[in-house]
Amino acid sequence: MTANGWFQIGLYLFVIALVTKPMGAFMTRVFNRDKTFLDPILRPIEQLVYRLTGVDERREMRWTEYAIAMLLFSGVSMALLYIIERTQRWLPFNPQKFANVEPALAFGTAASFTTNTNWQAYSGESTMSYLTQMAGLAYHNFASAAVGIVLAIVVIRGIARKETDKLGNFWVDTTRCLLWVLLPVCVLGSLVLVSQGVVQNLKPYTTVELIQPYAAQVAGADGKSSAQTVTQQVIAQGPVASQEVIKEFGTNGGGFFNANSAHPFENPTPFSNFFEMVLIFAIPSGLTYTLGRMTGSQRHGWAVWAAMAFLFLAGVTTAYWAEAKGNPLLAGTDQHAGASQSGGNMEGKEVRLGIANSALFTTVTTDASCGAVNSMHDSYTPLGGMVPLVNIMLGEVVFGGVGAGLYGIFVFVVLAVFIAGLMVGRTPEYLGKKIESYDVKMAMLAVLILTFTILTFSAISVVKPYGTSSISNPGPHGLSQILYAYVSSTGNNGSAFGGLIPNTMWYNTTTAVAQLLGRFFMIIPVLAIAGSLAKKKTVPKSAGTFPVTGGLFAGLLVSTIVIVGALTFFPALSLGPILEHLLMNAGKAF
Amino acid sequence: MKRNLLIALWFTLVTTVMFGVVYPLAITGLAQVLFPSQANGQLIKKNGKIVGSRIIGQSFTEPGYFHSRPSSAGTGYDPTSSSGSNLGPTNKLLIERVRSDVQKLQAENPNVPIPVDLVTASGSGLDPDISPAAAEFQIPRVAHSRGMKEDEVRIVVRKHTKDRDLEFLGEPRVHVLELNLELDTLHPL
Repeated sequence: MTANGWFQIGLYLFVIALVTKPMGAFMTRVFNRDKTFLDPILRPIEQLVYRLTGVDERREMRWTEYAIAMLLFSGVSMALLYIIERTQRWLPFNPQKFANVEPALAFGTAASFTTNTNWQAYSGESTMSYLTQMAGLAYHNFASAAVGIVLAIVVIRGIARKETDKLGNFWVDTTRCLLWVLLPVCVLGSLVLVSQGVVQNLKPYTTVELIQPYAAQVAGADGKSSAQTVTQQVIAQGPVASQEVIKEFGTNGGGFFNANSAHPFENPTPFSNFFEMVLIFAIPSGLTYTLGRMTGSQRHGWAVWAAMAFLFLAGVTTAYWAEAKGNPLLAGTDQHAGASQSGGNMEGKEVRLGIANSALFTTVTTDASCGAVNSMHDSYTPLGGMVPLVNIMLGEVVFGGVGAGLYGIFVFVVLAVFIAGLMVGRTPEYLGKKIESYDVKMAMLAVLILTFTILTFSAISVVKPYGTSSISNPGPHGLSQILYAYVSSTGNNGSAFGGLIPNTMWYNTTTAVAQLLGRFFMIIPVLAIAGSLAKKKTVPKSAGTFPVTGGLFAGLLVSTIVIVGALTFFPALSLGPILEHLLMNAGKAF
Repeated sequence: MKRNLLIALWFTLVTTVMFGVVYPLAITGLAQVLFPSQANGQLIKKNGKIVGSRIIGQSFTEPGYFHSRPSSAGTGYDPTSSSGSNLGPTNKLLIERVRSDVQKLQAENPNVPIPVDLVTASGSGLDPDISPAAAEFQIPRVAHSRGMKEDEVRIVVRKHTKDRDLEFLGEPRVHVLELNLELDTLHPL
């Protein structure tokens, strides 16, 4: 570990702290339908959208109608993505003449992008046409991010409003989120990325004449490999920047290319890397401020932020330490950090980013439910790779996905005040609302569905040949690979221990099911709590009210998250990464 | 329900056109005007032919060239199948691959520990850079093959070494393709 590495990490958290208030205050105005400086441009577009789609912008919905509208939008847009994938051969913007995507893969991908997971069982540069990337995949980056954000807003309204069953209009919230929150940053941000070298064109792939041809084993059409001289390099192109920016800002994480943000065309410089990381946390961090602002308890918003920042620092410290220490099994290599190299475990990492920025990006992308990667998690040291795994297992509530992080932590907040209430023997209250049996049951339902999905699918996969045959790294690492697949799917993260072969019938189907369960069985209980809270009266503060501001609350919240996560997943972790760590240090390979 | 279903259909269509077609095409137009080189992959031309992209690595195997890192993208540095090795830290395939590369490198430059990036595959398989340590390690071989003095080569390496962005972001790095192109111009093989 180096001083410069720590400086970059510290600077990152500082910048996130700086953007929290402006982002949060702006989102408050957008969703309260207050005036903003963008209204002269965006308001006419907004009204045009309502006129074309038949939305009555004055009408508000109960939580059930809100949920139905959300499910209908997800269903219809998922179907459209499936259709685009299955017909891309006949559609425009396909200069490489890619065939239609196979049904199982197309379904898996559609589920994956609709649920903001963006798990990728395909290589973008050899499977998806430019139109599929733009109108199919990048579009869902916008749509699923907006859905996540508006749901968080509904939860906040549920806490803030009293004695009402109206929580807002799904179509209006989504439109405003798309136009005001997402679009302006994406227009400017994509140009920033292009200036760094992220490509943005619609050209066919470029053929390069190599200055030094080389011999390689090339697999022929008959499956046999033969020695050939490679004289050319074909460089994949595409409209990358416009997708890259929303991939981070909407915490989607689906790369244009297979290598995702490790690819020089997605993430060319350390500056673009820093910018992408800021985009990932900007909305989730800002939403904690929106929570404080809308519920009239700004200090509660910052207490939640502090709990998140603490868990973030714990994660990045572990990952950085483990990766900088390196791999003791690689004899004869110099892994010391110095002025002329970053050292450490460089397998799967890029030289321009080095150890500190790889460990930081990995922590950020799994704290949030982003899932973009700038280094290959499968090749991390056992403990370094455990950090992303644990981050997702905790429910991606460390800032978390756009919206998903906030409604995820809301579940833990409900549990935390419930536990505090039990300890002092009073009915728990949260910002003036009594937390009752129904609310706690719904919170537990959300927690249990996630756990159940992850552990059940993993358990089946480790005992059945169709599960284990996809393992590429034997030994305890194989368990980590399978566990990571379901943790990432259920948590709607989308990053992977990429060695696992995911494009099989079993994994395509079960990961898609896990993604849908993880998304909608999280959302529906949370909406139910929001609906229930909104109906309640506000109870005045008394001496016995448990304060949800300050260090005590933040500490209790962190403990609740860690205890729920640890009790659930510790056995699996000890057989996977922890065992592998001990064996690696004992010099054992598989 | 029926009303919301109708809205969902129209809403999907309208927003797909706005965010899936108009937005990326508008960005493409802006990017092509504002940053034409970056938007098209920073291609390098030599004698009228495209010889590479400034930010995509290539395979070099001859002793007279600086070598890039091992690559798992296709047959090596294939941008149509970008990928890392995804080998786990305790996988024998990884350990054997590194051991065999270490042996080869030790033969050409004995008694110097091998910078780890020179024997590990990058995440993309397209890493255009090596660390300054990995470049320094290769200077004796390249100088010998080209009949140059080590210090002459070192000067060219310095020229293609990029410091951290803004002096503190990322890591220092040496650009392999540009370095090799310049060596070819200065002192052809």
